[in-house]
Amino acid sequence: MFPLLLRRLLYALPIMVGVALVCFMLVHLAPGDPLVSILPPDASGELQAQLRTLYGFDRSYPEQFAGWVWRALQGDLGTSIATGRAVSDEVLKAVGNTLRLAVFATLVGFAFGALFGFVAGYFQNSWVDKAASMLAVLGVSVPHYWLGMVMVIVFAVLLPWLPPSGAGPGGSADWLWNWEHMQHLVLPALTMSVIPMGIVARTVRALVADILAQEFIVGLRAKGLTDLGIFLHVVKNAAPTALAVMGLQLGYLLGGSILIETVFSWPGAGFLLNSAIFQRDLPLLQGTILVLAMFFVLLNLVVDVVQSLLDPRMARG
Amino acid sequence: MKSARLAPMAAVLAAALATCGAAHAQEKVLRIAMTAADIPRTLGQPDQGFEGNRFTGIPMYDALTHWDLSKSDAPSVLIPGLALSWAVDAKDKTKWVFKLRPGVKFHDGSAFSADAVVWNVRKVLDKDAPHFDASQVGVTASRMPTLRSAKKIDDLTVELTTSEPDAFLPLNLTNLFMASPAHWQKKFDAAAGAAPADKAKAAWIAFAADASGTGPFKMARFVSRERLEVVANKAYWDPKRTPKIDRVVMLPMPEANARTAAILSGQVDWIEAPSPDAMASIQGRGHKIYFNQQPHVWPWQLSFAEGSPWLDKRVRQAANLCVDRTGLLKLLGGMMGVPKGTVPPSHPWWGNPKFDIVYDPVAGKKLLAEAGHSPAKPLKVKVQISASGSGQMQPLPMNEFVQQSLKTCGFDVQFDVIEWNTLFTNWRKGAKDPSANGANAINVSFAAMDPFFAMVRFVSTNTFPPVSNNWGYFGNAEIDKLVADARNTFDDKGRDVALSKLHARIVDEAPFVWIAHDVGPRAIAAKVKGVVQPRSWFIDIATMSMD
Repeated sequence: MFPLLLRRLLYALPIMVGVALVCFMLVHLAPGDPLVSILPPDASGELQAQLRTLYGFDRSYPEQFAGWVWRALQGDLGTSIATGRAVSDEVLKAVGNTLRLAVFATLVGFAFGALFGFVAGYFQNSWVDKAASMLAVLGVSVPHYWLGMVMVIVFAVLLPWLPPSGAGPGGSADWLWNWEHMQHLVLPALTMSVIPMGIVARTVRALVADILAQEFIVGLRAKGLTDLGIFLHVVKNAAPTALAVMGLQLGYLLGGSILIETVFSWPGAGFLLNSAIFQRDLPLLQGTILVLAMFFVLLNLVVDVVQSLLDPRMARG
Repeated sequence: MKSARLAPMAAVLAAALATCGAAHAQEKVLRIAMTAADIPRTLGQPDQGFEGNRFTGIPMYDALTHWDLSKSDAPSVLIPGLALSWAVDAKDKTKWVFKLRPGVKFHDGSAFSADAVVWNVRKVLDKDAPHFDASQVGVTASRMPTLRSAKKIDDLTVELTTSEPDAFLPLNLTNLFMASPAHWQKKFDAAAGAAPADKAKAAWIAFAADASGTGPFKMARFVSRERLEVVANKAYWDPKRTPKIDRVVMLPMPEANARTAAILSGQVDWIEAPSPDAMASIQGRGHKIYFNQQPHVWPWQLSFAEGSPWLDKRVRQAANLCVDRTGLLKLLGGMMGVPKGTVPPSHPWWGNPKFDIVYDPVAGKKLLAEAGHSPAKPLKVKVQISASGSGQMQPLPMNEFVQQSLKTCGFDVQFDVIEWNTLFTNWRKGAKDPSANGANAINVSFAAMDPFFAMVRFVSTNTFPPVSNNWGYFGNAEIDKLVADARNTFDDKGRDVALSKLHARIVDEAPFVWIAHDVGPRAIAAKVKGVVQPRSWFIDIATMSMD
């Protein structure tokens, strides 16, 4: 296990450096002025030059990149131009909020996706299969921001059962695991869960159908194993791939959905990215993208390790 | 016996609990959904444009001069704020003396005085000041471009110096909010960091999270990017503006549908900028829509660079006559002001221009024909526009409507659609810069609160790019003289007369196609009383009450 972990970590290093470089280049290549959030358009040329120097944007790109990476290695992602607050604080708080949403959405998505997938796979070509497959296709195809708006109209406006937005009655700072706060999580998490549900359902259906057609299943049946026993064998064989898919979906969701978080005013990473993009707050944008990309890399690493634990053939490979 | 002793205690406890409960129940809380994606900065000089001044500036802070926000049927004019009076030095017109209001206290209990004014000027203009904050410079210095320094004369008198004679200074000072020096010093003393600059930076961050101004509301709770709560300052110096609402909660909600859902579900009592198609359902729930003329202009700013089709005055006037503004008004569900110039006819700066901006396609076609163009031989123009943006209203459908409107007269309009911040940046670079991408007009809306913002920056030869926003390089000696006359006229009425001459000349020369004014719509629950929507970008929450 240790050599595998080391090898995967070594693979991750160049990816991390590449991510940092691409992330820096992307935000600097985009048109517009990095000081637009604090510099009105009527600012004089003299004032623009003064602030460019004060914020270090008059230095060359390699100098700026080296400085940024050096500080990032020490845990300092810089200061938000728009708010003056530390980027690392902003990002960690937002990622924490997104994590809460993403884990909840992934659990819901995985539970229903796996259920629909198994049912569809076990009863191939029956009406149950068709219904489950249709739900899976709907889940993948429906624009989730549209679904979010519809959910808000139905469950917050027409039927005032749930709050339409926000991360709690007093914001996310005093989050508690009680219904007063959790009800704010329901609509965005359900909206967010629809895509992973569809993807997991389709994957699991294909896996189950494939496994059920394999010879060892026939052998197990011939040996008189019960349906429950066969089911457990199917689950064990399908789990590594299904887990990998779930891990990737969690990774995508951890990136925060700009659209869902904006529709529900959920103060997560997507909301933060949206704000940073519109304010052209480069340090915040760079820091957020970097942290999210690192999460994705680490998550893949964790998924690889978990897969290897579940399927020793992978560790040997 | 024992129960007899306990009975009075129980009664006292019950009464106390009942009182607490009643007090809690009676707290009047106003919840506002802003269009901003983040809480505008709370340290005294808000960002996020005038929405910042509206929600984290004016409620928590005061400036030396204020806008009068008490009337909805007249232009918002300048009134005393923390300054009781002001006058320019008779001999040296670059020096102003401001007499300060006595007895004013900051929320932290420290006294407001001339020292505080000097300190607040230095925070943005003096790089050597220990509390200098670069992040506040951009939004402040550009709004008072001639202010250079401040000097204390006595505790209640301060002298401000400008780089040149500038009669606009009192208007510009509405943007300089007074933060508490004593409170900042406490934050500085408690801040971590070895270098004074690091400590100052940390002190401003701490100050933003626990601010202290002199305004009618005091900061109570701040959750970054989520909510700002302010409570009534019952010791406010102006009894007319001492708040009747106990607490105001401000929530950033950039998505229009989210704001609509928030008010329809009762999550908030007030939303900014409801989308036009949601207004009927909002009103259907008993909420009120407030709007009024705003000092806002949504124009095409025209290029006077060599080769521009707009160099011909007949073409500029023809375009102004060919825009069907009434049709546009219908498109926007009535949420638009029909412009007659940069300011409306009731405004002190109006000045009776000769050119009447109306929809008259016959006259427009005639002028265009004289310039050699017709629907059969259209004049090609290219306009740089954005798909969205602060203050841009509904840029795509509005521009497409104008495109169709002008087509009937003989204009062939092409658009170069770019991202809002890029358009904003290009605006500084000018029509001759490659960023214009061949466009000979640009669609950037602007605030017209003070003379520099409303007129001077677009028409003076001293404001050509990159100095300021004269994107189209419009200007001549006559206009420059009118600007100088206005800047050098120091009595209010005389200054307004000078500005009216400038405005009339601008309208006659038509360096813009004036298309719309925004009317700042907002939806507010019926239980909120005393709402006055002034002809301003701002609104006074302090004078409102709630059932």
